Amino acid sequence: MENLQLNLLLYSRAGFGLSPTDYSEPKEFGQALASLFPKAAPADLELIDRQDWMDNSPKALKAMGDDETRKQKKKEFDKRTGDLNLLWVEAMTRSSFPLLEKTALFWHGHFATHINNPYFDQLMLNIFRKKGMGNFKDLLLAVSKSPAMLQYLNNKQNKKMHPNENFAREVMELFTLGRGNYTEVDVKEAARAFTGWSFDDEGNFVFKYKQHDDGSKTFLGRTGNFNGDDIINILCEKKETADWITRKIYRYFVSDVETDNGVVRHLAGRFYDSGLDISALLKDLFSSRAFSSDKIAGSKVKSPIDLLIGYGKVVPLSFGNPQAIIRLQKILGQYLFNPPNVAGWAGGKNWINSASLVARMRLPQALYGSGTLDFELKESGDDAGGKIHMIDKTFKLGKVEADWSAYLAYWMSQPRERLPELMAQYLFTFPIAPSRIADAQQFADKSSPEAWIKSLTLRFMELPEYQLC
Amino acid sequence: MFVPGFLKAFQGEQAGLSNGKVLVVVQLSGGNDGLNTVVPYRNDIYYRSRPKIAISCNEVLKATDDLGFHPALKGIHRLFADGKVCVVNGVGYPNPDRSHFRSMDIWQTGSDAGHRLDTGWVGRVLDSLERGDAQRNDFALELDDSLSLALKGESVNGLAVRDADRFYRAAGGNYFKQLAAHADEHNDDLPNYLYKTLRDATTSAEYLYSRSKLYTPANAYPDTDLGKKFKTISSLINAQSETRVYYVSHGGFDTHANQADRQQKQLAILDDAVTAFFDDLKSNGRDKDVMLMGFSEFGRRVEENAGGGTDHGTANSVFLISGGLAKPGFNNQVPRLDDLDEGDLRYAVDFKQVYATLLDNWLPCNSQDVLGKKYAKLDFI
Repeated sequence: MENLQLNLLLYSRAGFGLSPTDYSEPKEFGQALASLFPKAAPADLELIDRQDWMDNSPKALKAMGDDETRKQKKKEFDKRTGDLNLLWVEAMTRSSFPLLEKTALFWHGHFATHINNPYFDQLMLNIFRKKGMGNFKDLLLAVSKSPAMLQYLNNKQNKKMHPNENFAREVMELFTLGRGNYTEVDVKEAARAFTGWSFDDEGNFVFKYKQHDDGSKTFLGRTGNFNGDDIINILCEKKETADWITRKIYRYFVSDVETDNGVVRHLAGRFYDSGLDISALLKDLFSSRAFSSDKIAGSKVKSPIDLLIGYGKVVPLSFGNPQAIIRLQKILGQYLFNPPNVAGWAGGKNWINSASLVARMRLPQALYGSGTLDFELKESGDDAGGKIHMIDKTFKLGKVEADWSAYLAYWMSQPRERLPELMAQYLFTFPIAPSRIADAQQFADKSSPEAWIKSLTLRFMELPEYQLC
Repeated sequence: MFVPGFLKAFQGEQAGLSNGKVLVVVQLSGGNDGLNTVVPYRNDIYYRSRPKIAISCNEVLKATDDLGFHPALKGIHRLFADGKVCVVNGVGYPNPDRSHFRSMDIWQTGSDAGHRLDTGWVGRVLDSLERGDAQRNDFALELDDSLSLALKGESVNGLAVRDADRFYRAAGGNYFKQLAAHADEHNDDLPNYLYKTLRDATTSAEYLYSRSKLYTPANAYPDTDLGKKFKTISSLINAQSETRVYYVSHGGFDTHANQADRQQKQLAILDDAVTAFFDDLKSNGRDKDVMLMGFSEFGRRVEENAGGGTDHGTANSVFLISGGLAKPGFNNQVPRLDDLDEGDLRYAVDFKQVYATLLDNWLPCNSQDVLGKKYAKLDFI
């Protein structure tokens, strides 16, 4: 594969796309890859500090006498999950280490929680960002002890006399081994080991000895007085965990279509031998021969977040009403901090049905043109405050400003007769049929060179192929 | 031109699908208060628990000696008297979940509370159909802008179209139409899937648009969102479309406060639309072929709260409306109000029994394939 295309593919998978400027000055592949890995841990994204949380925690709210004030305050606080969402979107858009945010997004789907608590969500997000490219066991431990996970999978209710198996089951089924590699007895025994894992008012992990079952447990063929840490250690020693994580990471970064089992086994073996070093796995993955094969480009459906942030990489967008970004996430089916269930977003073809495809194909014109999108959201039913949200029949995006300057400057400098073909090479990671380029040209506005470039770009963005990368 | 599955209309018997029966699922989102919908108007506990919001004995639309309907349900009350309504009370599932989100997933996927499924019960009907061609998604149509989990299958999804005009405008431009014509040119899995999906969208947009323009219903429909959706459904049924399951949502039932006014308003919208729909069907001689099932993700707490509303509860009444019911009336009594589970009703009928009855006896298809298990059926069909 040519360097230009390989860079494009790398940034579509390890990031959210490439600006025309970065595209026109491709790095040598090894250098491009190396530059994606941050040398130091990123700064936390902080919207809510500890004091802020303490002023809004259930305990603080309880101390407020009146029911209405309490409800109102809680509602206002919970709404800040949306602000956190936007803060993260901003980081994904601007980061010089897009792979870090993209990996964090992978973990958000892998360790899915949906709790409507912006402070706990923020703590979890920063675990994904700080540890998501580190060691898997460290990550798993931090996630398992975070208040978001302890709350979402009910480990706070997991007590010696009344074990709750929710977390114990999912930690094996979804987070480590995958189905079929453990028994119902293992679930019960692991649940006993996790009894007493809880968190305090501040959101700190606490181990409640009195609620812990310290008897002997037999788990995955081993017997001992295991606690939760022991279970996590045992899970991380299993080869199946390295296999499961590698397979999922391969699907997320490389291909929705086919999983090259030989490659995955090889990568998983090296991941296991590295002691579950996630960065080493990612480097291996992107530098493997499988990644640069012709089969890979175009083998993934862009997630809604890929799509939305990707537009801005091509032609930067600024939203007068940032809430529109959240509405778009809902419309397209990937609403951050609100995954559909504990298994996260199913991804791949699941992003696409007749309704979502039409919405995706209408989006370029809405973002770069009309500013409206005919789309009605379903009632979520999570409105505990008692008000019905009346939703406009036509969703107005508000003012969206597109900065075409760099894009136009670049394409104006290119030979005009080859422009459609060259533009398609930039906008798609894989070759699209010449007849599709002709279709786009046929429906482009030829009134001026500028209008032509803009409208041709939109026609390309409206193609079904643009949903792939 | 590609002919959408819709348009192929009745081409004789196809794998048992074309028995002409249609199911319309009406989802009342937010948790409709079942006890104020089907009112036990002789029960003292009901009136004691709800001093502010109980439906008084004078207002209730009496159906039997001890049960009646919310006063907003005038039309459904009339249909009940005509033997076209069956009410199954106390429908729920073991270990009820009081989160809208989770409980709606349970209803839409047809799972148990402790299990999670990624496909919907209607979606799995699509998966189970063997029709020899890939165009099976026209079997189920949701009148909405986005597709609910209920209609997502493993390999086939239902269609989602809210308003024929709008969808036609959105999907029917010349450019999109020209692109859709390339649907058969792709060998690779993903482009093939995308283009086929686009073709389904544009052809159904055209079809729905033309049908909705052609059809003149026998009577007026209310000028509400729900009314328009029912009118679209009626036009498709009367055009002999192949669609067998229609899915409609009607929201606004999360009545934590000021329930009296809000539920009245939402139920009236529902009643007007449903009544117009069945009157229209009857005049076309089709009301025996159409079954409406109305459900909500949960009912509400027996006791009212301080804000003149009710909080999330459990079991609820399910409505079945059709001119073709074998056994109209109340399937069973409402659950006991003197034997509650932490303030909530105990369920008497698993919602999957209702699904199984509809799947085996109405559509028909094999309920065990779709639900993964055999459920005792009810005798309303």
